[in-house]
Amino acid sequence: MDLDDTPEQAAYRAEARGWLEEHKSEAPVLSGPGALEDEDEIIAARRAWQGKLAEGGLAGVTWPKEYGGQGRGPIEQVICNQEIARAKVPGILDAIGVGMLGPTIIAHGSDEQKARYLGPMLHGDEVWCQMFSEPAAGSDLAAVQTRARLQDDGSWRLTGQKVWTTNAQFASYGLLLARTDADVPKHKGLTMFIVPMDGEGVTVRGLRQISGEAEFNEVFFDDVALDENAVVGGVGNGWGTALTTLMYERVTIGLGGEGMGYNSTRFALALARDAHARRDPEVRHQLGEIASELIAVRFTGYRTLTALQRGQIPGPEAGLAKVTIVNGAVRAGDLIADVIGPEALSEDSEWAYMISFLPGLKSAGGTEEILRNTIGERVLGLPPEPRLDKGIPFSELRSKEGAPA
Amino acid sequence: MNLALSDEQEFLREAARGALSRFKTLEAAREALDGDDAALPDLWPMAREAGWPGLLIDEAHGGAGLDAFDAMLVLGECGRVLAGIPLLGHLPATAILGDAPAASELLEPLATGERRAAYLPASPPSDLQERWTVDPASGSQRAPAATLTGAGEQARVSGELAWVPDAPGADLLVGVALLDGSPTGFAVEADATGVTIEETRRYDATRSLGHVSLKDAPARLLDGPEASLTAAWHMAQALLAAESIGSVETALEVSVAYAKERHTFGRAIGSYQAVKHSLTEVLRQLENGRSLLYYAGWARNGSPGEFPLAASCARAVAGRALDNAARTMISVHGGIGATWEHDAPLYFRRAQLSRRLLGGIGGATDRVAEQLLAQADAA
Repeated sequence: MDLDDTPEQAAYRAEARGWLEEHKSEAPVLSGPGALEDEDEIIAARRAWQGKLAEGGLAGVTWPKEYGGQGRGPIEQVICNQEIARAKVPGILDAIGVGMLGPTIIAHGSDEQKARYLGPMLHGDEVWCQMFSEPAAGSDLAAVQTRARLQDDGSWRLTGQKVWTTNAQFASYGLLLARTDADVPKHKGLTMFIVPMDGEGVTVRGLRQISGEAEFNEVFFDDVALDENAVVGGVGNGWGTALTTLMYERVTIGLGGEGMGYNSTRFALALARDAHARRDPEVRHQLGEIASELIAVRFTGYRTLTALQRGQIPGPEAGLAKVTIVNGAVRAGDLIADVIGPEALSEDSEWAYMISFLPGLKSAGGTEEILRNTIGERVLGLPPEPRLDKGIPFSELRSKEGAPA
Repeated sequence: MNLALSDEQEFLREAARGALSRFKTLEAAREALDGDDAALPDLWPMAREAGWPGLLIDEAHGGAGLDAFDAMLVLGECGRVLAGIPLLGHLPATAILGDAPAASELLEPLATGERRAAYLPASPPSDLQERWTVDPASGSQRAPAATLTGAGEQARVSGELAWVPDAPGADLLVGVALLDGSPTGFAVEADATGVTIEETRRYDATRSLGHVSLKDAPARLLDGPEASLTAAWHMAQALLAAESIGSVETALEVSVAYAKERHTFGRAIGSYQAVKHSLTEVLRQLENGRSLLYYAGWARNGSPGEFPLAASCARAVAGRALDNAARTMISVHGGIGATWEHDAPLYFRRAQLSRRLLGGIGGATDRVAEQLLAQADAA
């Protein structure tokens, strides 16, 4: 039992650290003195930085070499992330593309798609967004209603709406799950598409959250034309293709908990500054309860890494770590703000931002309720909730639910 | 990165499970609650055969020379079936003695299990508590640790220690006392003048406890470092955590099996979200607890400075996990789960008592805060 690098991992770490040491002065400054402020400038600088990271082999670590990656394992990805954090420089801008969508295209895309899209994605020349969720399809993702209709010439026409789309405002392309056949049961009539975000009929609108910032977008499609080469993984195979993306999302979440900044050290630092609170038994008890669970998640991450190193793929239980992190951070936010008082909610307070961000995060990447359903069924083997949508054509289902079809 | 069981550890665990399966520990636990102490099987001979008494003693002194984590694996298996084996008292005592070179001749009979030791738990000071303290017989005010006087053959120890695990029937008591204000390890024979052990079994028949009274009892001073006395307290926390997580495993397995087979309104109750989500909550706490056992097991040797934090985290999370697992076990089973007919009350009794031993899970939780605040100050 150890937390050490193997000699190969240590060599990789030294390599990554060496590159960062040499190039970190070229990284964009995002906070503190001299930080960039203009949103467009920040995005441009981060894209350029992603390109440099890719050239240095610090982006697409797990991608096969033939697509410009390093052909290494998830452990090296984690080492790379750790070294980037250690160097205090930003990571890649397009974590969703490189972490989830690129691997989906690698698994299901055509040779032409791989040749056309993967290089510019990896280097940050073209940023991607994930367009799966809709206002009425989140936990029940297979209920998407965005409709792609096949034209006589083999092209498609796309109409509908997506939501919670991170980075859509500057993305070049999106990977989109659409319904192509409403007369079959809902999981069967889906197809995955590549959608150019500058296409005629695509509208992106920022969606402001509790904090007042717009980190997500809504995206509207009004009769958008897509050519036949836009299909990824075959017509009618969209659900299987989406599951690949979601599997990579789980890996990302399973390994990225600490990266969210919700860790016991940060919370303890905030409370340690208050001479009275740090001796208050109730504050200490709360801190102890919250921290012990967050520390547990750190070691769950190490267990996941061990499993990955042995060639195992993390299962849905990784979702439990997300539940622990989010709920722990919610409690920590309340505790710290209770100690600090109203000042914790001032505009520029890191705690105000965290407190505002967490209620939404609770539903992101699967609500707590759907995660607990999935884990109860897939890990504990409990029987599923009876379903009313099995084997029923999607078109009939919609009318049953009393919603417009 | 390697945070998984080795082949040897898998084997140790499987062997422990196999050995324990030969005894009807749960039936015995129920009968013993009715006052039939004779119902409780004497598991010490089996533990001796398996080499558990010497788990933490080095091979030169007849032990297995294994790590805290290996001992935690065995305790986990004991916890699964509520086996009352006096390892929680014995193992930390052997760890203290193992760090005291001048007392090494005491080790061999303890390694074979010919003699049994009990650790007299004492909690190291914290930022809010300047002194070494012990669990009081009653109340929330912690009691002062024992004190030592004299030297050499003339050394004597005095003190009152309540709720000491596995004290009844032990041959040797090993603990911490203050000698001119400085914490010092000592060993005292259980049958020595001035030593009284009052059996105080409560609520959970499988948990042996005693109030230990020391009145100028002849003590052997131990030459180990203070760090080993601190580590013993945290070792006991980690072992109790491991034992609790073992109990959580069984509670969850039994509850899940029942939720799959029991039907209401035409469907298995495990299909209802209310039941499913409460069981996934047990799983969540179980997984967190398991991860912290790895942390504690790794830190013991890999990063000793973190061991107090790791062991306290494990104890706090495992204690809460067992609390919830036992309550969930009862509620998933409905009324029958709260009756003598079922095993659930045995796990509930185990949970209720365990959370209040060795400083309680509240003490462990406060220790987590103390350690993190100290880290924050150092940062």
